[in-house]
Amino acid sequence: MTDTAVQQQASATSAPETMAWDSRARRMVMIYLPLSCFVLILLFPFYWMAVTSFKPNAELLNFKDHNPFWITSPTLAHIKHLLFNTAYPTWLKTTMFVAIGSTFLSLFASTLAAYAIERLRFRGSPYVGLGIYLAYLVPPSILFIPLATVIVQFGLFDSPMALILVYPTFLVPFCTWLLIGYFKSIPYELEECALVDGATRLQILRKITLPLAVPGLISAGIFSFTLSWNEFIYALAFIQSGANKTVPVAILTELVTGDVYQWGALMAGSLLGSLPVALFYSLFVDYYVSSLTGAVKE
Amino acid sequence: MSVTTISARSYAQHQPGWFARLLDNKLFLIVVCLTPAIGLLTVFLTYPLGLGVWLAFTDTTIGQRGIFVGFENFQYLLKDPLWWGAVFYSIFYTAVATFGKFALGFWLALLLNNHIPLKSLIRAIVLLPWIVPTVLSALAFWWIYDPQFSIISYLLVDVLGWRSTNIDFLGTPWPARFSLIAANIWRGIPFVAISLLAGLQTISPSLYEAAMLDGATAWQRFRYITFPMMMPILAIVMTFSIIFTFTDFQLVYAITRGGPVNSTHLLATLAFQRGIAGGELGEGAAIAVSMVPFLVFATLFSYFGLARRKWQQGEAND
Repeated sequence: MTDTAVQQQASATSAPETMAWDSRARRMVMIYLPLSCFVLILLFPFYWMAVTSFKPNAELLNFKDHNPFWITSPTLAHIKHLLFNTAYPTWLKTTMFVAIGSTFLSLFASTLAAYAIERLRFRGSPYVGLGIYLAYLVPPSILFIPLATVIVQFGLFDSPMALILVYPTFLVPFCTWLLIGYFKSIPYELEECALVDGATRLQILRKITLPLAVPGLISAGIFSFTLSWNEFIYALAFIQSGANKTVPVAILTELVTGDVYQWGALMAGSLLGSLPVALFYSLFVDYYVSSLTGAVKE
Repeated sequence: MSVTTISARSYAQHQPGWFARLLDNKLFLIVVCLTPAIGLLTVFLTYPLGLGVWLAFTDTTIGQRGIFVGFENFQYLLKDPLWWGAVFYSIFYTAVATFGKFALGFWLALLLNNHIPLKSLIRAIVLLPWIVPTVLSALAFWWIYDPQFSIISYLLVDVLGWRSTNIDFLGTPWPARFSLIAANIWRGIPFVAISLLAGLQTISPSLYEAAMLDGATAWQRFRYITFPMMMPILAIVMTFSIIFTFTDFQLVYAITRGGPVNSTHLLATLAFQRGIAGGELGEGAAIAVSMVPFLVFATLFSYFGLARRKWQQGEAND
């Protein structure tokens, strides 16, 4: 591998080419131009969503007289309609309840599991860790039909509790894996010192390991919150009544009515439904990126 | 919780109570710590997985317990053109979308790996499509693909004058298929780009310096340093991406619901339509189970195909 590379490099032209790389014009074309195209395309649907939700209907469906990229007379009518004429506030509340509930449940379960696997080392603990991780590879699309029958058996059909109990199936594997990584980075000597001083295992977990793993807990928490806020297929399959639906499901099933779509209200609903995660995300970007890449690197 | 800490404290000071002693027993503690996670995963993941395979061999419908029918469901599926259509589109969708995501995502990662101003802000913006609920951004795409008021048609027809009629994005099979793939690529780029960027940052700059001294061109540096060094992480990210693209549900369900004339059904949406909406749980489960061989094959292919160097030459050679 390296030999062929060296041979090719020897035959290639050298110095001037690498110098030219840093010229301003070339940098402009090779880096900034494509980068701005990427940013433009990745952001455009959000811009379009925002513009649509503040446009009056007359402007929305008339591209000839109004420039579609801009709003001439912004209106809050769509958002008002959403908040006062639909059950939108209820959906937001349900989603928040489900997301927070499942986040705490999975953080609790995965902290204990990660601690047991990484710190209470026992025979076969790596296999338990691998088993939990493999659970992450089972996609919800395969599980939702049998899970629906399980939920009915438990008498939880059409209840937000069902979602709180089911979401950990994809949150726990991820969080456990992330926290194992964090616990690994905490020096074992700290725990030994505490053991020598007569602390119990639970005291060690509560007073030494957990405070040091706070960044990991925050990453896992943010990630779980976002994933459960965004979850769709289980919420669609297990919830029937309008009031118990989560935002993504409710917008698609309750707001899309008839043949004429109310794009203003739909886009306003999407914008409002995206805001909590977007805000949450903007506060903790660094934790988020580290959890995303940390999980991949493991 | 508070009870345990109080008794734990009394252990440290006075005599150990039976509860505190129990908590210090390692075996007991391991069992206690693993119970919540393993319990949740067993009841809501392992058991349903087994139940799903069982359901696929029965004729269960909603509200009626089915009986064992052997391979009848699968025989029926093999004769069903809709199922074959869904298999075809699932494979096509996964192949094209994965290719697009990785080509563009890798490019974006390389761009972000340069020294640029406002780097962390751009990185934060780039991740947005991935963190916003898929269904909600899918709705935005639905609106962008509107037959009458599509902003893309407006640009092409009225602003640029390249076309004389609006594009019918979702009304005919092939444009609908590609529109969905475009939306999927849009959503998948951030994950690929940020994961690969993390990989790029672990490559030691001294490798590039050495290559520059030897006179390597930019393409040679990419081909013989960046690409081989990125292989392991590419393999992992691609495995994930393939699994979750193949089993995608939200995007298709939100934008086309499998139409027009069932041309954009993925296996997951077909399973939902038959199993939950149509009430034929057994048949839906059979469709879901039929995804498993494809998934196993795709995973093995992407993982071992890309990580080939590792198991051919051994870990030490990297």
